Amino acid sequence: MTDTIDLPPPTTRKDWSSDQEVRWCPGCGDYSILAAVQLLMPELDVRRENTVFVSGIGCAARFPYYMNTYGLHGIHGRAPAIATGLAMARPDLDVWVIGGDGDMLSIGGNHLIHALRRNVNFTLLMFNNQIYGLTKGQYSPTSEVGKVTKSTPFGSLDTPFNPISLALGAEATFVARTHDMDRHHMMETFRRAHDHRGAAFVEIYQNCNVFNDGAFEPLTAKANRDDMLIPLVHGEPIRFGNEKEKGVAINKSGALEIVDVADVGEDNILVHDEQHDRGLGFMLSRLARNPHDPTPIGVFRAVDRPEYSDATSQQLAAAQAQKGPGDLRALLHSGATWVVD
Amino acid sequence: MSDTAERTAPVEIDRVIIRFAGDSGDGMQLTGDRFTSASALLGNDLVTLPEYPAEIRAPAGTVAGVSAFQVHISDHDITTPGDAPNVLVAMNPAALMSELAKLEPGGTVIVNIDTFDDRSLTKAGFHDDPLQDGTLKGYTVYEVPMTSVTKKACEPLGVKPRDAERSKNFFALGLISWMYTRPEKPTIEWINTKFASKPLVRDANLAAFRAGHAFGETAELFDHPYSVRPAPQKPGIYTNISGNTAMAWGLVAASQQSGLPLFLGSYPITPASDILHELSKHKNFGVRTLQAEDEIAGVGSALGASYGGQLGCTTTSGPGLALKSETIGLAISLELPLLIIDIQRGGPSTGLPTKTEQSDLLMAMYGHHGESPLPVIAAYSPANCFDVAIEAARIALKYRTPVLVLSDGYLANGAEPWLLPDVSTLPQLDYQLTTEHNHVDADGNPEFWPYLRDPETLARAVALPGTPDLMHRIGGIEKEDGSGNISYDPENHGRMVALRAAKVAGIANDIPDVEVRGDVDDAEILVVGWGSTWGAISGAVDRVRTSGRRVAQVHLMHLNPFPKNLGEVLRRYPKVLVPEMNLGQLAKLLRADFLVDARTVSKVKGVPFTAGELEQAISDLLES
Ligand code: SF4
Repeated sequence: MTDTIDLPPPTTRKDWSSDQEVRWCPGCGDYSILAAVQLLMPELDVRRENTVFVSGIGCAARFPYYMNTYGLHGIHGRAPAIATGLAMARPDLDVWVIGGDGDMLSIGGNHLIHALRRNVNFTLLMFNNQIYGLTKGQYSPTSEVGKVTKSTPFGSLDTPFNPISLALGAEATFVARTHDMDRHHMMETFRRAHDHRGAAFVEIYQNCNVFNDGAFEPLTAKANRDDMLIPLVHGEPIRFGNEKEKGVAINKSGALEIVDVADVGEDNILVHDEQHDRGLGFMLSRLARNPHDPTPIGVFRAVDRPEYSDATSQQLAAAQAQKGPGDLRALLHSGATWVVD
Repeated sequence: MSDTAERTAPVEIDRVIIRFAGDSGDGMQLTGDRFTSASALLGNDLVTLPEYPAEIRAPAGTVAGVSAFQVHISDHDITTPGDAPNVLVAMNPAALMSELAKLEPGGTVIVNIDTFDDRSLTKAGFHDDPLQDGTLKGYTVYEVPMTSVTKKACEPLGVKPRDAERSKNFFALGLISWMYTRPEKPTIEWINTKFASKPLVRDANLAAFRAGHAFGETAELFDHPYSVRPAPQKPGIYTNISGNTAMAWGLVAASQQSGLPLFLGSYPITPASDILHELSKHKNFGVRTLQAEDEIAGVGSALGASYGGQLGCTTTSGPGLALKSETIGLAISLELPLLIIDIQRGGPSTGLPTKTEQSDLLMAMYGHHGESPLPVIAAYSPANCFDVAIEAARIALKYRTPVLVLSDGYLANGAEPWLLPDVSTLPQLDYQLTTEHNHVDADGNPEFWPYLRDPETLARAVALPGTPDLMHRIGGIEKEDGSGNISYDPENHGRMVALRAAKVAGIANDIPDVEVRGDVDDAEILVVGWGSTWGAISGAVDRVRTSGRRVAQVHLMHLNPFPKNLGEVLRRYPKVLVPEMNLGQLAKLLRADFLVDARTVSKVKGVPFTAGELEQAISDLLES
C-alpha cells in the first residue's frame, strides 16, 4: 500500500499571476518583490485557492491584485487585524499580509505589534522604502531624522523606528530582513518565513525610485553589498566582506562590534543563533544605525511558540470534549427556569 | 402564639416596586438579582433596573459610590421597572441621601440602622440625622440593625466579625424575602452552589439570609408580610434574561441556525463587555472570541472572519462605534456579512458609561464616510435582543451587508421573564455561496464575477477562499459592476452607489409591516418609538387610553430600511409623538422621509422614561 499525498498540481509563475496590469511606477522595487513571490509560490506546497493575500493601503498594498489567488485589499493599517480574523477562522489557509512602512508602522502599528505577539499564522512582508509613496512623498516612520519632504521642508524631527527591533520587542517569533536587489535572498527569506508556523515578519528594503531614490543604495548596490551587508546564517560565524575578512564580535563592554577577523581570531567571531533567547537578535538589529553602516540581513530570530489559531482551536476542541457539542436548547435552559401551565 | 400567626398572615397586593440601595461594595446588584430570581420562579411578571455608580472606586459611604437595583414585580403584565419605588432598602446613609427622592410619597424605607453613625452621616452629606430631624416624615420607616444581627448570627460559625459584616446583604435579602413571601429554597440552593468552594462564606451567607428571614417573622416591627400572586402568563418554560445575555444567546442561535461558526472580535467597553464574557464561555458551540487590541481590530478581525466564511460579529458602545466606522465602510464596499452591535450609553465622549441613552441612532444610520447605507435594527426589550440578533444575521447573510444592531444600557443590564422559544421553530438562516464559475468572458472562457448580483435581492456572489478555480480579489477601491475589478469610471461609480442603496432599500420587501397597537382605527394620536422605550411607552399609552382618550402605538424594530407601510401609518393619525432618549433623532428621520409633523419628547438624563412622564407628554400633546 502506498500513501497518497494530496500534493498540489505543478504550477508556474504564470499560474500565480493575475490578469491585472501591474501599475507601479516604472523602476519601482515592488516589481522585483512581486517577481520573487510569484516565482517562489510554485516551489511551495500550496494551492492557489488556499492562498490569500491581505493588504492595507499604500503602493505595496496593491500587491494582492497581481496575484492569482484570493485577495483582500483592505484599509490603511488594518491588514494585520483583518488577517488575524481570517487566519483564526480559517487555519487551513495560507495567509500573507503585505504593506509598507507607513501602513504597518504608522497607522497600523498597534495591529502589527499585537498580531506579532499573538503569533497569528501569517507571513507579513513589510516593504520599507522610508517614504510615503502613494500620497506622493511625505516622510515616514522609518525616514531618517532631518528628512526634507513636502511635509517637512525644514527636515523631519522624529526619530525613526527600527523595524527589526520593534518586531523583536513585540515578541515576534520570526523576524528577518531582505532587500529588493537580491531575488535569491528574497526568495529564500520568504520561503523560511512561509514555512514558519506563526507570525513571520519580513522587512524588505525597497527602493522608491520616485520619492526616495537610492535610499538603500549604499547597502544594496552590487558594488557595495559585500562590504555593507552582513549575512546572518544560523550556526555560522557572522562574517562579511569580499574575503569574509570582517566579522561581528562581542567587545569587552558586552556590545556587538565589527572587527577584522585577522585581529581577533576566527574563534572570537560571534556565531549566529536564530533561537537565542537572551537578545542576540535584538543586538544585531541595533548594529547598524543607518544605511551607511554595515547592516545584517537574513533571519534574526526564528523560534517555536504555540500559534494563535491552533491554540484557539485547541480550546474549542477541549470545550467540546468536556461539554459535548453545543446544544442550543440546553443553553437557553441553563439558567433558573420555571414552568407556567 | 395565635397572635403571631395572625400577625404574619400575608396581605395580598397586585404589585410592588422595591429599590435596593447601598454602597457599591454592599452587593446590592446581587441582592436585587436573587430577589428577582425568586420572584420569577414564583411566576410574577417583573422588570428590573440595575443602576451602577459611575465611578469605579468612589470612596465608600459617599453618594457617588451608591449602587442600586430596582425591581418591579406584579401579578399582571408589566412593561417598566416602575415610576417610583414603593419600598427603599437603604444599607447606609449615602443610599438614603441619593435614593430617597425617587421613593413614592408615603413609601416604605428600611434602613440598616447600624450604619447611621455621625461619621457615615457626614460622609453622605447629612448635617443632621435624617431619622430624627423629620426628613422622613410621612414615610413608613423601619430601622433594622442589619450589621449587628448578621454578626451575631455568624458568631457561632467562627467567622471573623469583619468578614461576617460582608454577609449583611443576605440579611437584607432574607428580610425582604420574608416581607414579600418569596420562597427561601431557591436562594438557599443558590448560595450553596455559588459558594461551594468557600464553606465559611457559604455558611455566613446562609446564616445571614436565615437571620433576615427570622427577623421579619419574630421582631414585632412589621405588621404582616405581603404576597404578590403569579401573573397570568402564556404556558411554557420561562427563564429570567438580561439583554446582553439574550444578545449573546441570539448570536449563538444565529450561528447554529446558519451552520456558520461565530466569531466575535471585541474590545472591552461598558456596557457591552458582558456579551464578550458570555460568548467566551461557549467554545463548545465553536464560538471564537478575540479580545482585540482596540475597537478597530475588533471589527477588522470580525470582517476577516466573515471573509473566511464565519459569522463575523463585533460588540461595542458609542465611542467604539465611532472607531469602527472606517471598517464598516469597507464592509459595505466589500459587501460581506458582518454584525455590529452597539450597546448605547450616555455620550458624547466617555459621557455616562454606566447610564442608558438612545443617542447613537443617527451615527448608526449615517456615521460612515461616503454613500454607505446599511440596515439598522433595534431591540425593544431584554428578551427581544435574542430575536434581533437572529434577524440581523438573517439580513446580513442574505444581503451580504454589515448590519448595525442597537441596544442600550437599560436593555443590556435589565432583565425580564422570557418564554423560552422552541428551538425547532427558529428560522433557518441560509448563506448561499458560489462554488462554480458564474460568467463567461469575451473569448467564451468561464470565469467568476464576485459582483454579479441576484436580480431579486441584489446580493452579490460570494465565493470563499479555498474554493477551487474562483480565485479573485476584492477591496475597498470602487469596483466594476459585475467583474469586481478596480474601476475609476464615473458612470460605474454612480451605478455602484445606486446599487448598494437599492439593495439595502429593497430589504423593506423582506421585513414585516409595522403593527399598530391600541386604537388602530380612530386614534387621536400615534406614539412612535424604537428601542428600550417600548415598556414605558406601552405603559403610558395604556394609561391614557384608560382615561378615555384614543391612542395608537407603533414600535419600530427595523430602522433602516423602515417597514413599507410606515409612511401610510404615520399619515393616518392627526398627531404623531416620538419619545426618545435623545434630542429627537428618529423624529428627524420620520420628518425627512415622510414629511409628517412628528413631535419629539426627549429625556437625555441617563435614566429611562417613566410611564408617568410619557402619560403626561401624550396628554399634553392631545390637549395642545
Ligand atoms: S511611488 Fe515609489 S513606492 Fe510607489 S510605486 Fe512609485 S516608485 Fe514604487
